[in-house]
Amino acid sequence: MALILFLILASLSAGGVVGMIVSRDRAHSVLFLVLAFAALGGVFGLLDAPFVAAVQVLVYAGAIMVLFVFVIMMVNRRDGRGIEKKKSVGILAAVLAIALFAELLLAVREILPGMGNAGPAGGADTAGLGSLLFEKYLYPLEITSILIIAALTGAISLAGKKGPK
Amino acid sequence: MIPTAFFLVLSIVLFVLGVAAFFIKRDLITMFMAVEVMLNSANLAFLTFAKSSASLDGQVIVFFVVTVAAAEAAVGLAIILVVFKRKNSIQCDDLDDMKG
Repeated sequence: MALILFLILASLSAGGVVGMIVSRDRAHSVLFLVLAFAALGGVFGLLDAPFVAAVQVLVYAGAIMVLFVFVIMMVNRRDGRGIEKKKSVGILAAVLAIALFAELLLAVREILPGMGNAGPAGGADTAGLGSLLFEKYLYPLEITSILIIAALTGAISLAGKKGPK
Repeated sequence: MIPTAFFLVLSIVLFVLGVAAFFIKRDLITMFMAVEVMLNSANLAFLTFAKSSASLDGQVIVFFVVTVAAAEAAVGLAIILVVFKRKNSIQCDDLDDMKG
């Protein structure tokens, strides 16, 4: 049962990314990507990480993708033309992707059999996650908040600039 | 039960698809989305190894990756908007100022 669920979610997320690649409209690409990230949130849930799954759906499929939609809305209004593709680049990228896939599979082939099983049956340890986040990883957490503030001020000052017209 | 190896293979597939999308697509926003796909596949790999080694540290690292991805998306999209204001285009073929 869990295996069927995993296969459905995995094909949804991989198919979403493929749909993002083949669709010519940017808005369609974003919607395909939201589908892929939401399905990936389900996959995270199967790995005994329900809190990370919730964060994935809220922050990734929600907040970050809405940011993309906003920017596409502002850009598409004037830059209406579609995305032209070059055939040679596509073939080259496919060859590179297949080579990279084979290489990565070769790199992990020895650890693949001994990795055990996963399922949604195990108990989720969100309390342990919280205490780890606020005890062992307290300093990285604070540094991350500084990073967020820096990114916010940077984004505001960049977006507020006037163009040369 | 699902073999944990399946999750690692899914993460490899997503990463490769992200790399392919980065090279195939020609406009900055979609290339940026491809980077997000690669970050997500890295998250999946972290969670897979956290599960197979029965430790929670991998999940904590996923939080940091998500935070950095959010910051990167905010700044990157602001840069894309500035580029669009200056060049009136976000096709990466039009951005050849540094080509000799």
